[in-house]
Amino acid sequence: MNLLDGLWGVLDLLLVAVLLLLAVAAVLSSDRRRSMMLFIVFGLVLALVWARLHAPDIALAEAAIGAGLGGALLMATLRRDTHQQTDRFPQHPALVWGAGVLVMVLGTAIAWGLLSILPTVEQTWRKGAAVDAQLAFSGVSHPVTAVLLNFRAWDTLLELAVLLAAILGIRALGYVRATYVTEAAFSQLAVWLVPLLILMAGYILWAGAHSPGGAFQAGALLAGAGILLRLAGYSSAGLPTARWLVRLGLVAGTGVFLLVGLGLLGWGQGFLHYPVAYAKWWILLIEMLATVSIGMTLTLAFMGGIPQKEAA
Amino acid sequence: MAGLSAINPQFLYVCAGIFLFAIGLWGTWLHAHYVRKIISLNVMGAGVFLTLIAVAYRGENLPPDPVPHALVLTGIVVAVSATALALVIIRRLEDAANE
Repeated sequence: MNLLDGLWGVLDLLLVAVLLLLAVAAVLSSDRRRSMMLFIVFGLVLALVWARLHAPDIALAEAAIGAGLGGALLMATLRRDTHQQTDRFPQHPALVWGAGVLVMVLGTAIAWGLLSILPTVEQTWRKGAAVDAQLAFSGVSHPVTAVLLNFRAWDTLLELAVLLAAILGIRALGYVRATYVTEAAFSQLAVWLVPLLILMAGYILWAGAHSPGGAFQAGALLAGAGILLRLAGYSSAGLPTARWLVRLGLVAGTGVFLLVGLGLLGWGQGFLHYPVAYAKWWILLIEMLATVSIGMTLTLAFMGGIPQKEAA
Repeated sequence: MAGLSAINPQFLYVCAGIFLFAIGLWGTWLHAHYVRKIISLNVMGAGVFLTLIAVAYRGENLPPDPVPHALVLTGIVVAVSATALALVIIRRLEDAANE
């Protein structure tokens, strides 16, 4: 038992050391391309840390959204025509070190404050017991999904609104010249991977009701399929060619969520207070449409908006 | 080995989270190029997420607190959409500078 605990301690120290080294290297490396690569690997190690801290939902989301899509988005900003891009800190070394010392002092102060109140967390902040007590009335059996779609559904609605605002901003900026190349080799890969990704998205969405998973991870997988199609040379990236259908898809997640909330309010239930008997179905409807919106939004974000000439 | 088992994982990961926050803040502050600022900002965000998840962790034998988990899940999606918008703005700025 003691030996096993010791092994966990070694693993924790190793994970933290690798994570911190990758973060420092990603921030300090003077080569931009290397910095991006290091950041993507950092995301993957972070996914392992989430798994270690019993947060499988976040591990899934980090691997798919943080490292996967974030990496794809970063790589899309790389210019193909310039090979090495160096970004050193432009300031005087004394200022760089001074600023470093300053942020470390700030960090130490935050750590001291946080660690001194940590022992009181169990009595004061925890809402876990309240979640467990109400779980049976939420319509799902997975506590994280229950918090996201029922107990704090308001947060998730606003989150979908943020996603919508981001894609509206991206589209308002107009057509951006694509910097990625389409590869013929990808089209063969896409034939196999795209159906698999869509199938996995469906499974992850359904699994979210009772185990780790849900709309965000499923939407990220759909976006992965879209990006793969785009890289394989499909100009529409699997999105509908009719513009009104794309617009509808982008708004569906936020729109239906809001309509359900307002409908329940009109019914005398209170905003987003699902009647217990139907909670499961309302959550499933909202999650399905949110998955479509998230998938489309992230695919379009990778493409930099709808290319003007290519959209029919 | 016995000494290592005395390390409280919660303490270790909270400290790691705050260190990530500080490193990210440093980079966001000092880097001149926007893509580098974005990467640093994301490292900062990862630090906040790690701190929250470390607080939610309650040891091997207890289920973790689902509320911070839901908050971090929301945070990851918001961070990636803000990153996407920022990166498109940067690409647009670079295109405008090259024209």
